[in-house]
Amino acid sequence: MTLWWIGDGLLFLVVAPIAVYLLDGVLKAAKSIVPSVDSIARTAAAGSKDLDAVPLLLTTQSQVEQTVAGVAAYGSSLDVIVDDAEEAGR
Amino acid sequence: MSAPAVTMLIAVVAIVLALVYYLVSVIVQLRKISAGLDNVIGSVGEIIEKSAPVNEVVNNINGQLDAGVDLLEGLLVKKAGLSDAMGLVDGLYPGAAAAGLRNFPDSKDVDPPRIGEVYTKGTLTLARLGREAPIAAASPNGPAIRNPAYATASARKLYPGGRPMEPEPLPRSPVIGTDSPVQYEQRDDIGKPRKRMPTES
Repeated sequence: MTLWWIGDGLLFLVVAPIAVYLLDGVLKAAKSIVPSVDSIARTAAAGSKDLDAVPLLLTTQSQVEQTVAGVAAYGSSLDVIVDDAEEAGR
Repeated sequence: MSAPAVTMLIAVVAIVLALVYYLVSVIVQLRKISAGLDNVIGSVGEIIEKSAPVNEVVNNINGQLDAGVDLLEGLLVKKAGLSDAMGLVDGLYPGAAAAGLRNFPDSKDVDPPRIGEVYTKGTLTLARLGREAPIAAASPNGPAIRNPAYATASARKLYPGGRPMEPEPLPRSPVIGTDSPVQYEQRDDIGKPRKRMPTES
């Protein structure tokens, strides 16, 4: 009979508090993850929206190609009409 | 059933109830986390999809710009010579000559000449001709002559009272002939013998 009471005491005073403490810790940890996940989701959505302008890079690419082509044509013309430094020095 | 057994049974039930409560709460939170991660995965998938061509496009742009830089550097050094080229670069961007030209490693060792000493004539010519040329703003003789903002004002100084329009029309030439509106006096000697000078006697 005494062992029964000792077992009851251990159950109430040791096992139950430890179980509740551990479970409460798990629950708090799980609850703390939720806001972080929501924040990550909002950030990812904003990042995805920021990339909506990426297709404009194709326009930039085209314009850079045209600009470099113009510079090349201009440089070619200058190469023809301006003497080289070595020739000018002679 | 004895009292200790009943007490233990109550304790076990209480512990089981606590387990149920906490575990169900944890499950609810995990479901929220799972839903949030689904949103994250969707957005991350969009990011990956949208940013997929960026690398290729940016590399292409960089390649084009590299070609342009190579072209301009080569042309500058070819036409002006390495020393004067560095002087030009340093004149336009003070301190930039220290970095040197990308395709000319020796350019870092060049002592860039002062651009005002080398290209004085050309600089002044550019300052005179330059329309909104940056170099004209720093001209020692003041602003450029052909400054578009003041070109009309300079021309207006020639005509302080306003530039004259076309001159006033002159009177037309008189109409001549027998049917002219104005008949001029006729000479009396027409049709008569010619006058003769008096003879010496």
